[in-house]
Amino acid sequence: MERRAVYRNKVLPWLLIGPQLILVLVFFYWPTSQALYWAFTLEQPWGGGNAWAGFDNFLYIFRDNRYWATVLRSAFYALAATGLSMLVALTLASFVDRALKGTKLFQSVFIWPYAIAAPAAGVAFRFIFSPEAGLIGGINTIWPGIWDPATNAAHALAMVIICHAWLGIGYNFVFFLAALQMIPKSLSEAGAMDGARPFQRMMDLQLPLIAPTAFFLLIMNIISSFTDSFGLIDTMTEGGPIGQTEVMVYKIYIDGFKGLDYSGAAAQSIILMLLVISLTFVQFKWVERRVHYN
Amino acid sequence: MTSKWLFGAALAASALTAAAPASAATKFEFWYGLSGDLGERVQDVCKAFNASQADYEIVCVSQENYENNLQNTIAAFRANKQPTITQISDGGVVDLMLSGAFLPVRELMEQNGYEIQWDNYFSGIASYFANSKGEMLAMPFNSSTAMIYYNTDALKAVGFEGLPTTWEQVEDVARKMKEAGYDCPVGMDPAGTWQWWEQFMVIHNQPVATLGNGYGGLNAEVTFNQGKFVDQLTFYKRMFDEGLFVNKSKATGQTANEAFTAGDCQVTSTSIADHGSFAKQAAEGVHWEVAMLPIWEGTERQNSVVGGAALWTLKGKSEEEYKGAAAFYNFIATPEQALWWSTNTGYIPVTNSGFDSMKSSGFYDAAPYKGRELAIESLTYTPPGENSRGIRLGNFGAVRLEVAKAMQSVIFDGVDPQTALDEAAARSNEILRKFEQTYKGQQLP
Repeated sequence: MERRAVYRNKVLPWLLIGPQLILVLVFFYWPTSQALYWAFTLEQPWGGGNAWAGFDNFLYIFRDNRYWATVLRSAFYALAATGLSMLVALTLASFVDRALKGTKLFQSVFIWPYAIAAPAAGVAFRFIFSPEAGLIGGINTIWPGIWDPATNAAHALAMVIICHAWLGIGYNFVFFLAALQMIPKSLSEAGAMDGARPFQRMMDLQLPLIAPTAFFLLIMNIISSFTDSFGLIDTMTEGGPIGQTEVMVYKIYIDGFKGLDYSGAAAQSIILMLLVISLTFVQFKWVERRVHYN
Repeated sequence: MTSKWLFGAALAASALTAAAPASAATKFEFWYGLSGDLGERVQDVCKAFNASQADYEIVCVSQENYENNLQNTIAAFRANKQPTITQISDGGVVDLMLSGAFLPVRELMEQNGYEIQWDNYFSGIASYFANSKGEMLAMPFNSSTAMIYYNTDALKAVGFEGLPTTWEQVEDVARKMKEAGYDCPVGMDPAGTWQWWEQFMVIHNQPVATLGNGYGGLNAEVTFNQGKFVDQLTFYKRMFDEGLFVNKSKATGQTANEAFTAGDCQVTSTSIADHGSFAKQAAEGVHWEVAMLPIWEGTERQNSVVGGAALWTLKGKSEEEYKGAAAFYNFIATPEQALWWSTNTGYIPVTNSGFDSMKSSGFYDAAPYKGRELAIESLTYTPPGENSRGIRLGNFGAVRLEVAKAMQSVIFDGVDPQTALDEAAARSNEILRKFEQTYKGQQLP
């Protein structure tokens, strides 16, 4: 085995990792411990008090069918937004990968949406989808009442998911395109000579080869569906109609800041954190093994 | 958590950058929850105060709306970066009362040598913002009540003389307007619980909660699912289904008030505070008048309850800043300022003497101020009773959200009104019990 150089200094390593450690403690562990404390007590909105509540806050949440509805909604949101965004991005990337005319232009056009902040996109899409004044709402003049995200929960959720997926397309597109271009052209050509049509080449050759990229994107998209959804929902629907676009993060916001139930919101955020951790764990433990053929 | 931290950090950063050359004046901050036209009027008041003296400088910061202002004030208070004065609406009163985060205004004014005639304030305002001994905790500033606004041309077009005063008449004119080709007789956002639910309860003498709407203690329970409101919600639903009431909100692309001033909807219900803005914003050719909220035939009208907000002085500031705050309160309480404020917004004059002098000077006799006196008439229609002096429930904002959801689920989703209200009541009671536990052992002051 190769020998490594070792510095015997007790202070230097701490100095080197010190700033990092402080950042992690201050920005991650301190807020988390604060949230934990609130989740197990009854926090007075203006501060002070904190009567011990044990698991009451959690039990309260678990008994609440409205909470479970937001969990299901979040799962649906994550899958729908991720699936839609990745599917469209892959389609676009495979067109651009074929180096048709104007490819360079499309490359830059497709990445633009990614540069737009979620709340800004939310405002723009709210206008586009508005039932009375919007562009899509224009179909209401032909078929009155066919499109109404202001009162119809399914429409409202679809509107937010479409906007979320749209925002992610550029990001997914870049990664898919890079992955596709990494595949040696000779491989595709060989497939073509063996008589495989483009769709078959896609399924049998390209998709398996870009699987690691797709896996990475899956994780990034699912995480973003939890974090970025807040800005969109807040600007587009504010959780409505009837609270039916409230996903887990948005319910935390509503309960914590509008309802001033800091303890209930803290308990929900602990649950959400555990959920995201376990989701990531499952993905790395099971899914990644399959894509990397270990 | 993180947001609080970031908020504190952002405040600190802005404080650093704002450390301009020191002037002799003591600076102090006032956060308020109004925006748009009303927000600009607040800025006018601030400018006038700063121009009136050289000792203090008030820095007025809009937080867009009452909700944001409450949230931001709490976050700032917890990060010890609170403003000296904050404007908290009716719904946040109990939370503040128990917070121990404020200096009672009566005490503040006494300590700084100002004499305010507290009994000169409207009893409705006093009963909302005072403790059980009648001592004012917050400085009355912008007080209002809910009203209904009618497009008078549309009323004429359907042959109605005067303004409707009962729900029967409202339904009748709405139906005739629809027949006459008006697409939107009444614009209504079902999330508007304040005018469509709360004030309805009060003027129909319906209890929102036991123990005198919560005045008797933190163990009150809501009862709004047991009285007339069930029928009222059934009525709203029927009106929506017949197209006589039309859903108007930010989500549809046009709020009910915007639809009214544009002439698209012929009736809207909102605060008297919007009277001033409507006068400026109404499209050309749109003629309108304001009236007291309708009641059902055969019921006796009760006084409506005060809305709007009051100014709370927060703990943890310097003596100098408190002197400034007291000077500011004294300034807004002067008859000239009160008159200016009530003239340029639709907010009511908050003192009896203020109202009397405006009335005797003929202020309410002609357009554009005619009709505003009806807000006072509505607020003082009867002496405040058990169900009409106010609503003193902890975390009332969360209760309002539950009722808004109930109203929406009935109107949008066809849920049975009784079922929806029962669920909202059960959830509201859970909110109240949690609040009671959070402030265990504490009493309303």
